Amino acid sequence: MTNTLALSASEAPSGVGAAVRWAVVRDLRLALRSRAELGVQLLFYVIVVSLFPLASSPERTLLATMGPGVIWVAALLASLLSLPRLFASDFADGTLEQIALSPFPLPALVSGKILAHWLTTGLPIVVLAPLLGLQYGLEPPMLGIVTLALLVGTPILSLLGAIGAALTLGVRGGGSLLALLVLPLYVPVLIFGAGAADAMRAGLPTSPHFSLLVAGLLIALVGAPLATAAAVRIALD
Amino acid sequence: MNFYQFSSPASFYPFAGRLAPWFAGAAAVLAIVGLWIGFGIAPTDFQQGEAYRIIFIHVPAAWMSMFIYLVMAFWGMLALSFNTRLSAMMAQALAPTGALMTFIALWTGALWGRPTWGTYWAWDARMTSELILLFLYFGIMALRSAIDDPRRADRACAVLTIVGAVNIPIIYFSVQWWNTLHQGASVSLSAAPKMASIMLLGMLVMTFAAWFYTIAVALWRARAIILERERGAGWMSALREITA
Repeated sequence: MTNTLALSASEAPSGVGAAVRWAVVRDLRLALRSRAELGVQLLFYVIVVSLFPLASSPERTLLATMGPGVIWVAALLASLLSLPRLFASDFADGTLEQIALSPFPLPALVSGKILAHWLTTGLPIVVLAPLLGLQYGLEPPMLGIVTLALLVGTPILSLLGAIGAALTLGVRGGGSLLALLVLPLYVPVLIFGAGAADAMRAGLPTSPHFSLLVAGLLIALVGAPLATAAAVRIALD
Repeated sequence: MNFYQFSSPASFYPFAGRLAPWFAGAAAVLAIVGLWIGFGIAPTDFQQGEAYRIIFIHVPAAWMSMFIYLVMAFWGMLALSFNTRLSAMMAQALAPTGALMTFIALWTGALWGRPTWGTYWAWDARMTSELILLFLYFGIMALRSAIDDPRRADRACAVLTIVGAVNIPIIYFSVQWWNTLHQGASVSLSAAPKMASIMLLGMLVMTFAAWFYTIAVALWRARAIILERERGAGWMSALREITA
């Protein structure tokens, strides 16, 4: 790990782009070294989705109705569960402090970490969604809508979640507190994301939902790294 | 008069102590007048019957629940940018009242919904947003109580409050975005009100009662927070309530 952290003056990244790239590469490398952990998070997502038919009924029309919503809720929970991975271990071993001390803009470094988090949790969630949708008997057009909405929505989950993950660093009862802080912020994403599938089932255009999702993504892209960086600095004080 | 002098807890504490009883008194008088207008004078609604009278509590509470959150976000921004202790204390003092107002709005809404819509709860956008607002208040209060260092808690809560403030416009515009069960706003600045003026008067009086109540309670709570957090400060040992 030390070689990825060695930021000597000569090879140090300069500028925002380089800082983002450095953080992405480092976090991806660390994440891929603990593949089992990533696999467990994905299994959690799959298992939650598989529980709902057992709890309600295997009737096809019902499953097709609730399928997109169930996939979205499971994606929310899986994203929530993976959030501590963003900062907790770096915070525990002091790496986060070194990152914050580096001369590069902290929001850029944080953005890189968030991007790496999405690539290792959000993207697999999106990729698995069509498969899980098939379990619920969703038709191909509907599968496409759900997957596309997740593709736009899951980055927002990682961005908003990062704020909560940074705020709860080293705090008592971190896990359940994180859920209380983050899940309410996730609600608009859930409404618009699952709403796209609803609109399609009702024969309405889905584009308003996607417009709102993309708008939310743009706002989160601009605001969340700044808020996360502020929260990281508060946690390190 | 120098307003900045009151950003110091030592000068704010007695100032708040002098102001709070006046606001509490005004709140009590306005509440009595407002309830008298609402339950005594205002006519029965021809569509909703007597059940509509809960509007005199429901609407002021719903307005306050959102407004208090914005005020908290304002204090949070001040606390973050100027690193002032008192701003964060004000935000902390407002949170429980905000949660209370949100809860009252939801509770009275349920009681209103049953006779008029035939259901206590519907997953209508505005009701859902109000529920989320309640969760946000609880989250802020939980985050504060989970952090031991009050200065860190101040700033963490300020960040969370500002992030959550994005939710307020969503609440407000949700009525336009989704056309669902909740009736559209009856009062707006641009159009003539769709309600009798005596009802509007009762509602406005109740709104001011809720405002003054909130101010009085927040000032008292801020005083308690100052007492707790500034204990050991020199000026405090000279206070009558400490020495007595």
